[in-house]
Amino acid sequence: MPPAPRPLRHRGFLAGAALVALFAAASLLAPVLAPEDPHAVAGGGGATLEGPSVSHPLGTDALGRDVLSRVLWGGRASLAVGVGVETLVVVLGCAIGLLAGYFGGPVDAALMRVTDVVMAFPSLVLAIGLIAVFERPGLDKVFIVLVALGWTTIARVVRGEVLSLKARDFVQAARALGGGHRAIMLRHLLPNAVAPLLVAATIGVGGNMVAEAGLSFLGLGAQSPTISWGAMLADGQTFLATAPWVAVFPGAALLLAVLGVNLLGDGLRDLLDPRLRA
Amino acid sequence: MGLLRPVFSRVVALVPVVLGITVLVFALNAVALGDPARVAMGQRADAAALERLRREYALDRSLPVQYAAWLGRLARGDLGESFREQRPVGEVIVERLPATARLALAATLISIVLGVGIGAVAAVRAGSALDHLLMGVAVLGISTPVFWLGLMLQLVVAVRLGWLPVSGYGDGTLTHLILPAFALGALHTGTVARMTRSSLLEVVRQDFMATARAKGLSEWAVLGKHALRNAAVPVVTVVGIGLADLLVGAPLTETVFAWPGVGRLLVAAVGQRDVPVVMGAVLVFALVYVLGNLLVDLAYLVIDPRIRDAARA
Repeated sequence: MPPAPRPLRHRGFLAGAALVALFAAASLLAPVLAPEDPHAVAGGGGATLEGPSVSHPLGTDALGRDVLSRVLWGGRASLAVGVGVETLVVVLGCAIGLLAGYFGGPVDAALMRVTDVVMAFPSLVLAIGLIAVFERPGLDKVFIVLVALGWTTIARVVRGEVLSLKARDFVQAARALGGGHRAIMLRHLLPNAVAPLLVAATIGVGGNMVAEAGLSFLGLGAQSPTISWGAMLADGQTFLATAPWVAVFPGAALLLAVLGVNLLGDGLRDLLDPRLRA
Repeated sequence: MGLLRPVFSRVVALVPVVLGITVLVFALNAVALGDPARVAMGQRADAAALERLRREYALDRSLPVQYAAWLGRLARGDLGESFREQRPVGEVIVERLPATARLALAATLISIVLGVGIGAVAAVRAGSALDHLLMGVAVLGISTPVFWLGLMLQLVVAVRLGWLPVSGYGDGTLTHLILPAFALGALHTGTVARMTRSSLLEVVRQDFMATARAKGLSEWAVLGKHALRNAAVPVVTVVGIGLADLLVGAPLTETVFAWPGVGRLLVAAVGQRDVPVVMGAVLVFALVYVLGNLLVDLAYLVIDPRIRDAARA
């Protein structure tokens, strides 16, 4: 029997892929899977801050809302910000990295100085500063801010790859054959930078998810009624002594989702980057 | 000492970055405030007082002139006045700095001691079940959001076991410091452990290690004497990376534990729309970060003779 393909033998990659698949499926299917309306508050009877039971497997929060349903719906905000932000970040980062690496000279110098300055700030701190510019916080502001600050890593990765690729024969040949700048960048340079790009983007998704949850936890992200794990954790802290499940479960969900993304990223790095292979 | 030149050139290289930081913070400040004079004086300020303030801050001039005026005040340590507290922002921040510094130092200490320990044990037993377990714990540490870890530590250690206080600064007692320091240090512990393990394994493969073993030294002696010192350079790198983790984690950890540091000040100021304090704190965080990275850079010069010689050449 031939050995299984490499990805199927990499335990970290498999575990990560499984966790990510679970997270994505649970979030996408939340409307179907959630046993209750995540916004439905307890009626007159008042099933608030009720511990886990058959009717509420993960308990209820201070307003009597079903924690399981809210955890499932909260995953959607996390997934949307994690993947959505990273998609724009990759487009922006690729464009900037390609331009800087390909044209070099003053274009490169200018773009990289801007990159240096954005990277000179601790990321979440600058994000908080940017949030302060807006009249009122919200998940949409988090999205804008994370895109505005996130592109630097990708830009550096792509620029580095382009610098090492552009002197190579096949790029020179393409240029000699009369290839335009755009064609060379998009057809020859970018495809060869896909491996490190994929690794960086995967790690980036995890970073976005943690940043969204962090900002929402601080009250600077998702506002009620938008459901976010970070905001749920902030609520949970108030009732930590009496109703710990309100804080335990959204955090555990966040941890598992981020762990999955990180394992996937580490696995991709092992599988795609021959230089790092043991 | 021949180190003067490389040190100088590294400091000079920072000038454009620091200027860039001030431009960005100035721009954020300008956008966030709209007309700072009106905001500072409240809605019902009288026209003459407003005019005086506008002239003082060069608000009637072009943006570059305003920036120069702002930079001039900054150079004198003037970060403006807190809307809420009606006193200099610099004063407000300086008061909070010791708490943050204490927390960050304790977290760094924890992450280095724990991280190097875990990494070394994993390296000695490389490939074993223990190695896999420890590296699993490291990945878990890296993936655990610092604020949730903080909550869970509060829940288990403080609320359930009652061993340590839930939150607050106390009077600066050690018991209040332990939980936040662990929460803040955990993320970085994982990174240090992974880096220590891989750089030890790298060093172990080299010839001088075989020589040390051939001399009949025990495995731990070999590691302690020869390997750890040679693994110090990547560990310094990791401490540098850790600085980012610390500064990003500070606002979250301080909020969870009601720790009276600059991070919590920043978060509270955003909520209160106290823009001068927000921008002052952002600026201080960025400058600390840049300065910390400079120190890491300089540490290389001291530790690694190869880098030192390259810099001198």
